[in-house]
Amino acid sequence: MKNSEILTCFQCGTCHASCPSGKYTSLNVRKIVRDSVRKDVSSAPELWMCTTCYNCQERCPRGIKVTDAVLTLRSEAVKKGKILPAHRIVCNFLIETGHAIPLDDTHLLIRRQIELDAPETVYRYPAARKEVQALLRSTGFDELIRE
Amino acid sequence: MKELSLFLGCLIPNRYPGIEKATKLVLDRLGIEWSELKEASCCPAPGVFRSFDKITWLTLASRNLVLAEEKKTDLLTICNGCFSSLMDANDILKNEAGLRNEVNEHLKKIDREYTGTVEVRHIIEYLYKEIGIKNLDRAIEKPLELRVAVHYGCHLLKPTKDRKLGGAECPVFFDELVEATGAASVNYEGKTACCGAGGGVRSAMLETSLMMTEYKLDRMKKAGVDCIVDACPFCHLQYDGGQVELAKAGKRYDLPVVHYSQLLGLALGFSYEEMGLHLNEIQNAEFQEKVKERQKTIHAL
Repeated sequence: MKNSEILTCFQCGTCHASCPSGKYTSLNVRKIVRDSVRKDVSSAPELWMCTTCYNCQERCPRGIKVTDAVLTLRSEAVKKGKILPAHRIVCNFLIETGHAIPLDDTHLLIRRQIELDAPETVYRYPAARKEVQALLRSTGFDELIRE
Repeated sequence: MKELSLFLGCLIPNRYPGIEKATKLVLDRLGIEWSELKEASCCPAPGVFRSFDKITWLTLASRNLVLAEEKKTDLLTICNGCFSSLMDANDILKNEAGLRNEVNEHLKKIDREYTGTVEVRHIIEYLYKEIGIKNLDRAIEKPLELRVAVHYGCHLLKPTKDRKLGGAECPVFFDELVEATGAASVNYEGKTACCGAGGGVRSAMLETSLMMTEYKLDRMKKAGVDCIVDACPFCHLQYDGGQVELAKAGKRYDLPVVHYSQLLGLALGFSYEEMGLHLNEIQNAEFQEKVKERQKTIHAL
């Protein structure tokens, strides 16, 4: 998003007032997006408190894409290596298995109990998993999340 | 209308397979033509992966879309996250030639190409638009007598300009689908508020995410409902698993969590177990009794 769009904000605070996370946390979406125009916010823990519910974006009277701005700020933080440990784990799951939440033995057993075979996803097709891995290498994703 | 490929995603096959089973039984019962989308991966999830790197997110989503393109089917999702990622990626790839070319360069390495010929559907809007309330009404022999807290989930509705399912402040289509089963959709404060799971918050900041869940559960409980009905396995996990996590802090709700596929299945005469509801963490004896009593009367008909 262009800074010029963010600068059309007249600081009404509707975004923050609509934020389910901001009700309980230090996330103030109005402030963090505003601040991003003039300083580096990539280390702010608040960037990762947003559930991306889009309330702020829907209700902004200026039509500023507030949630999209948060997503962009997150990408910039990730490029600087600011990745939360739990998110790095999820990313590694994706690289290893093709799933953010892989199938474990417990749930494979539960599937069998309700007469479902192993899912028809990459789980069952090693060649398909290799395709996913090839794409993640091609886009540089595995480099991006390497510690 | 094109046949549908069922896109499973991660959470449904790998954590809540009961929802997968229920969806397949319900689609068959309603005579909707579908087949498995073989070899599909994570959508990839909008929270972490879209945040991390747009091109990676688009490229992996495009591969899933291409799998449906190659089968000449549309793609049916049963998860708001999958719906959001695949629909948004599809829109971006159809409309932005620069990004489409960039993604196709990556896809070349696995001998595939995105051409933009599929539509991404969500079971809720699909049933509402293509089957319709009247036909669902007709398919149900004995109405469910349940009081239900409907939870739409953020990404089914928003961004509204992309979803094109009407406004997000006071939506009604999901409530109408719930009421077609005979259940009553009970209004409650904060109905369209987030469950707290999305955006990578649940995975990295569980306590924060549970504060939002508690807000919702308090208000649903106060409204005196028999169960929660959702349209997304991530919201489902947040409410079902979340109640277990909140119970550790002494907060008990005992509210059963039901995906719409499972609710519709119950209304169509399938059992509690056939709908995989016994696989939920939260097992409420009173709710089970209600559902099973009704089952007996159907089979006595």
